[in-house]
Amino acid sequence: MQASDRFNINSQLEHLQAKYVGTGHADLNRFEWAVNIQRDSYASYIGHYPMLSYFALAENESIGRERYKFMQKMLLPCGLAPDREEE
Amino acid sequence: MYLYNLTLQKPTGVVCAVNGNFIGGKTQEIVVARGKVLDLIRPDESGKIQTLYSVEVFGTVRSLIQFRLTGSQKDYLVVGSDSGRIIILEYNKERNVFDKVHQETFGKSGCRRIVPGQYVAVDPKGRAVMIGACEKQKLVYVLNRDTAARLTISSPLEAHKSHTIFYSITGVDCGFDNPMFAAIELDYSEADQDPTGQAASEAQKHLTFYELDLGLNHVSRRWSEPIDNGANMLVTVPGGGDGPSGVLVCAENFVIYKNQGHPDVRAVIPRRADLPAERGVLIVSIATHKQKSMFFFLLQTEYGDIFKVTLDYEGERVSNLKIKYFDTIPVTSAMCVLKTGFLFAASEFGNHALYQFQAIGSEEDVEATSATLMETEEGFQPVFFQPRKLKNLVRIDQIQSLMPIMDMKVANLFEEETPQIFTLCGRGPRSSLRILKPGLPVSDMASSSLPGLPNAVWTVKKNVSDEFDAYIVVSFPNATLVLSIGETVEEVSDSAFLDTTPSLAVSLLGDASLMQVHPNGIRHIREDGRVNEWKTPGKKTIVKVGSNRLQVVIALSGGELIYFEMDMTGQLMEVEKHEMPGDVACLDIAPVPEGRQRSRFLAVGSYDNTIRILSLDPDDCMQILSVQSVSSPPESLLLLEVQASIGGEDGADHPASVFLNAGLQNGVLFRTVVDMVTGQLTDTRSRFLGLRPPKLFSVMVRGRRAMICLSSRPWLGYIYQGHFLLTPLSYNALEYAASFSSDQCAEGVVAVSGEELKIFTIERLGEAFDESVIPLRYTPRKFILLPKWKSLVIIESDQGAFTAQEREESKKECFEMDGTNENGNAMDIAEEEDEERDDAFADEQYGYPKAASDKWASCIRILDPKKQGLDSTTCLLELQDNEAAFSLCTVNFHDKDHGVLLAVGTAMGLQFWPKRSITAGFIHIYKIVNDGRGIELLHKTKVEGVPLALCQFQGKLLAGVGSVLRVYDLGKKRLLRKCENKLFPNNIVSIHTYRDRIYVGDMQESFHYCKYRRDENQLYIFADDSVPRWLTSSFHIDFDTMAGADKFGNVYFVRLPQDISDEIEEDPTGGKIKWEQGKLNGAPNKLEEIVQFHVGDNVTCLQKASLIPGGGECIIYGTVMGSIGALLAFSSREEVDFFNHLEMHMRQEHPPLCGRDHMTYRSAYFPVKDVFDGDLCEQFPSLPYDLQKKIADELDRTPAEVLKKLEDIRNKII
Repeated sequence: MQASDRFNINSQLEHLQAKYVGTGHADLNRFEWAVNIQRDSYASYIGHYPMLSYFALAENESIGRERYKFMQKMLLPCGLAPDREEE
Repeated sequence: MYLYNLTLQKPTGVVCAVNGNFIGGKTQEIVVARGKVLDLIRPDESGKIQTLYSVEVFGTVRSLIQFRLTGSQKDYLVVGSDSGRIIILEYNKERNVFDKVHQETFGKSGCRRIVPGQYVAVDPKGRAVMIGACEKQKLVYVLNRDTAARLTISSPLEAHKSHTIFYSITGVDCGFDNPMFAAIELDYSEADQDPTGQAASEAQKHLTFYELDLGLNHVSRRWSEPIDNGANMLVTVPGGGDGPSGVLVCAENFVIYKNQGHPDVRAVIPRRADLPAERGVLIVSIATHKQKSMFFFLLQTEYGDIFKVTLDYEGERVSNLKIKYFDTIPVTSAMCVLKTGFLFAASEFGNHALYQFQAIGSEEDVEATSATLMETEEGFQPVFFQPRKLKNLVRIDQIQSLMPIMDMKVANLFEEETPQIFTLCGRGPRSSLRILKPGLPVSDMASSSLPGLPNAVWTVKKNVSDEFDAYIVVSFPNATLVLSIGETVEEVSDSAFLDTTPSLAVSLLGDASLMQVHPNGIRHIREDGRVNEWKTPGKKTIVKVGSNRLQVVIALSGGELIYFEMDMTGQLMEVEKHEMPGDVACLDIAPVPEGRQRSRFLAVGSYDNTIRILSLDPDDCMQILSVQSVSSPPESLLLLEVQASIGGEDGADHPASVFLNAGLQNGVLFRTVVDMVTGQLTDTRSRFLGLRPPKLFSVMVRGRRAMICLSSRPWLGYIYQGHFLLTPLSYNALEYAASFSSDQCAEGVVAVSGEELKIFTIERLGEAFDESVIPLRYTPRKFILLPKWKSLVIIESDQGAFTAQEREESKKECFEMDGTNENGNAMDIAEEEDEERDDAFADEQYGYPKAASDKWASCIRILDPKKQGLDSTTCLLELQDNEAAFSLCTVNFHDKDHGVLLAVGTAMGLQFWPKRSITAGFIHIYKIVNDGRGIELLHKTKVEGVPLALCQFQGKLLAGVGSVLRVYDLGKKRLLRKCENKLFPNNIVSIHTYRDRIYVGDMQESFHYCKYRRDENQLYIFADDSVPRWLTSSFHIDFDTMAGADKFGNVYFVRLPQDISDEIEEDPTGGKIKWEQGKLNGAPNKLEEIVQFHVGDNVTCLQKASLIPGGGECIIYGTVMGSIGALLAFSSREEVDFFNHLEMHMRQEHPPLCGRDHMTYRSAYFPVKDVFDGDLCEQFPSLPYDLQKKIADELDRTPAEVLKKLEDIRNKII
C-alpha cells in the first residue's frame, strides 16, 4: 500500500469497518444489514438485565436460559445466507 | 410540564453479586448490583442481612468481580458497566462510601455488541483483570502497586478476536506463573458466508486460553480446543498448590473439566425425573467455596437444583469429577458462599434468601461422576433424581424483593389515612400480591395489657454506664406502675418510686440516682436509697417538666418556671425562678453536650402560640433569647441534634445543627434550627403529620438520637445515610413512647396505646414501604379493582406449566409408584401425603414441573385484600384447555339489566416461536355474584386474535384483538360486533377512553388517538405518534395527553397540540375529511412528545396517584426490577429553575460512580426532556461540605436551604 492510500477515503472506510463491527458499505446487501441489526439487538438484550428478565417472564424460562438462547441466536440470527448468484 | 423524578423504592432484584472482604479485616461482605444501584450488604450476628451502603450509579451495572493484591487484606471491586470504562472501586470505611480508585475509558458508552463490559474476570492472584464484550473485544489491564502501596493500572492490552462470540470468560489459577484467562468462543465468520448451512451446523465452540506475558507486556492466545457445543459458563478451578488448576466448563447437560494438556473429564448433570426429554439442563449460577484444605463448587441449574461438584485429583491430574445433588432453592441470579457458613442466594424473581449450611452434602445422595459416565448409541446415559426438602441448607433470613412488578394500582381500599399500593409481583409459584403501605416496617416484640388506661411511659437505667434499661414506669391518672426489666418484665414495689400518684416524668439523674416528678413535687432517689422530696409551694401543682441528666425545669400551674441543677454532691438545687406570662404548654431541654456542665437552652411553648428559647447559662439565666410565633399552640417540644451529612475527611467540618421540633395542636410538626451561640431560631420547616397534635419523644436508632412523633399515626425522624428522613411507621396510633433497651432487644421502643403496653423494634431503616404478601398461583398478568365491593380481580397465567389438576394427578402417580416400589405399604403413602400437605409451599421452593411450551395454565381470582394469606381468595377459576387470560376489565352494558360484568380476554394454545400463533382467542363475560365474592360465566365469544386490551366505552365493550379495534355489544349467547377499525399497525395492547375519544396503545408504535362517530357508527384514527415506541404500559393523563413507557426503559408523555385538538373538536366531521388523506403512512395529525426520561429499567405500570393526604398528584411507576418511582409535576417556575440548576451542578461536580455520564444515561434512547432527576439531586447531602457550599453558592443559597428544598419536595411525594 502506498503512503497516499492511507488517506484515501476507501481505505479509511476499510479501517473503520475492520475496527467497528457493523459499519456499512456501499455494497451491503439486505441480509448482511439485517444480520448486523439482529446481533446488535441480541447483544443489547443480553446487556440490559431488565430487558432479559422481561423476555424471561414472557417465555417462562430462567434468565440464564434466556441469555444463553440469545447468545446462541447470534450465530445465525436471520437464517442462512442467500446464494450469491441470486443477488 | 416539568417533572421531578424520584425513586421511592430502589430496585429490589439482583443482577449479580460478589462476596469479599471489602471493609478489610475478618468480616465478609457482599456487593450486590441491582441494575443501576450498588449495595454493600452483610449478615449481622443474628443472621439478618443489613445494608451498609447503597448508591445509585446512573448506569447499568452488568458484571462485578472482586480481587485482592497479594499480601493485602482488602478486596477491590471491578465493575463492568455500560459506561465504556473500567471502574475499580474501594470501600471507604470512614466515610461509608465507595471510592473510585481507577476509571479507564476504552470505548463508547451503552450496552453495545463490541464494547467490553459484559464480562469481567480477574487473575486469582490479583495481577490482571480482563474485561470483555459479547463479541470481538477483550481488554486486559495489569494491576500493580506503586511505591506508596496504591493500586496502579496499566494501559489496556488487546486480546481481540473478530467474528467471534464470547459466552463466558474467567481467570485461570496458575499460581504465580503468567496470568491466564479462559474464554468460550464461537466463530461465526464462515456461517455468515455459507448459504448451504453446512458451516453453521459445523460451527464449533472453542475453549481458548489467553496468556498475559508479564515480561513482554503482551497477551497471546495460548491454547484453543473444541468443546461441547452447549457450553455456556466457565468456573475457575483452584491451582498453584491448592488444586489442579484449569477450568470447569458448564454445558447443557454436562460439566467438563478441562485444562491445557489434560484429557477432558466429563460428567452428566443429573436431571429431574419429570423433566421432558427434549429439555436440556443448563447451569445458571455458580458459587465456589475454597478453604485451605479443600474446595467445592455449587452449581445451580435453571430449575433451581443445586449440585455440589468436587474433583478427585493428584497433583495436576484430575481422575474423577463428581456432581452430587445438594438441595433445591428458587433459581438464583447469583450465589455467594460466605466463610461464616452462609449461602446468600439472590433470586432472579422473588425474595432473596440467606441460608445457613447444616452440612456440606457429605451424606449419600444422587450422584453422577465421570467414572460412571455411560455412553450408549443414543448418547450419554442420563442420571435421574427427585428434588426433596432442604437437607444441607436452612433458610434464616429473607430480603423482600418486588421483582418483577407486573401490575400496580394505588387505592385506598383499607380506608386508612394514606392509600395503599397494590402490586402484582413474582413469577410462577413464587408470585404474590403485595400490599405496600408507605411507612417503615415495624416488628412487634411484645404486647401486654395493663390495668387501666395509662397516659405515659418511660424507661430508666439504674446507672449511666448500664447498657440496658432497668425499669419501665407507666403512669396512670391516679397511680404509677413500675415494671422491672430482666428475663421477663414484671411489676416490682421496691423501686422507691411513689406509686400512689401519677407521674409527669421519670428519668436518670446524675450518674446513678433516679428522679420521679409528680404533680406535687420532685422525688429524688439517691443511689444509696435515700429519698429527697421537693414539695411545690402552696396549692400549686407541677404541670410540665423538662429535664436532662443534670438539669430539671418544672412549670407550675400559673406559668412559673423553676430551674434546678445538680450540684457536685449530687444534690438537686434550685437555681432560678421565672414567671412566664401565662400557662406553659410544653418545655424541653437538650441533653447535656459531652464535656459540658449544662445544656444552654430551654425551649418553652405557651398557649399564646409562641415558643421561647431561654438561656440556662449562669450569666443570663432565664433570659429570653428568642421568640418564635407559630400557627397554633405547641403541644410538645423536642430539641434534636441533626448531623445531616458525614462529608469531609473526618466528618468534623460539617457542623451539626440543633433542630427545635414542635408538635402543634393543628397536627403540624414545626422544625427550626437553633443557633448554638445566640439561641436565635432560623430556617423553619413545617409538615402536617396527622389529625392529632404530634407528641415528640426521643429514641435511639442505630446508636443515634432520633425522634418519634405520635399523631394519628406514629412517625420516625432519623438520619439515614446522611439524610434526615421523617417517615411514618406502619403501626397503629400510639399514646406515649420511650426508647427501650434490654438483653433481648437492644434498640426498641416501648409505647402505650389504649390499655396496652407494646414493645417493638424498627429494623429495616431506609425502607419506604411496609409490605404484606398474599401468595398467588401463576404469574400474575393484570388486575382490576372492584371499588364497589373493595375486592380485586387478578388474572394469572403461565406458559409451559401444568394446571393444578394435572399437577395433583402426577403427584399422586408419583407417590403410588414410590410406595409400591419400596414396600407396597399403604400407610407410607398416607404419611407422605400428609407430609406433602405440611409442605404447602413446596412448589415455591422447587418450582412447577416444566411442560411443553404450548401448554398454558391460567386462572382468574377474586381476592379480598383485607383478609390474610390464602383466606383472602374468595373465588378461583382455573381455565382449561391451554387457555390463558391476558386482559380484563369491568363493563357496564347500557340497557341491560346485568349491572357490572367482568370481561376477560384469553388466548388458547398461544405460542411465540417460531411465529406467534394461537388456536383461538376468546372474550369471556362473567357475572359478578355473591357481593363481589364470586363470578359466573355468562358466555364466551371466539375472536380471531389475542385480545390483549379491553375497555368499557359508552355502554359497550371495546376490544383490541390483534391489530383490530372493535366495539362489541352484549348479546344473549355471545358478544355482537358493532364496529371495527383494522388500521392499527401491530397489536393493540392498551385502550383508554375519555368522552368520545379512544386512546389506543400499539405494541410497537406508540399511541393512536381515535374517535367514535355514533351516527355513522365508525371508528377512525385522527392522530398518532411519529416515534415507534414499544409500549409496555400507558396511562391517560388528560384529554390531550397520554403517558407511556416503552420496552427500553423510557417514560414519555405525548400531547395533541392544542390547536389541532380544538380543530378536531370543532370540526363537524371531526377531522374525518383530513383523516382520509393521512400523513407519513399514518394519521393526519401527529402527537408531540412533551416529556421524555430514561428510567433505566422496564416500566411495567403507570398510575396517577397521591401517596399522602394533601400531597401533590404524581405519576407512580413500577418496574421489572422491582422499583417504584414517582414523577411529580412542579408547581412553580422558581422551583423548576432551582432544580434545573441544582441538577446541572450535581452533574458537573458529582459525576456518577460507574463512569456513565448522567445526562447521556437519562437520554440513552431519546434526549431527556423536562424531567429533573431527584435521585441525583438527593445525592447532594452526601457531598463533602465544601462542595455543597460551592454548589449552594452558585445557586445563591446556603447548603441548609438546598437541603430544605430537597426535603420539601420529597415531602410532597411521600
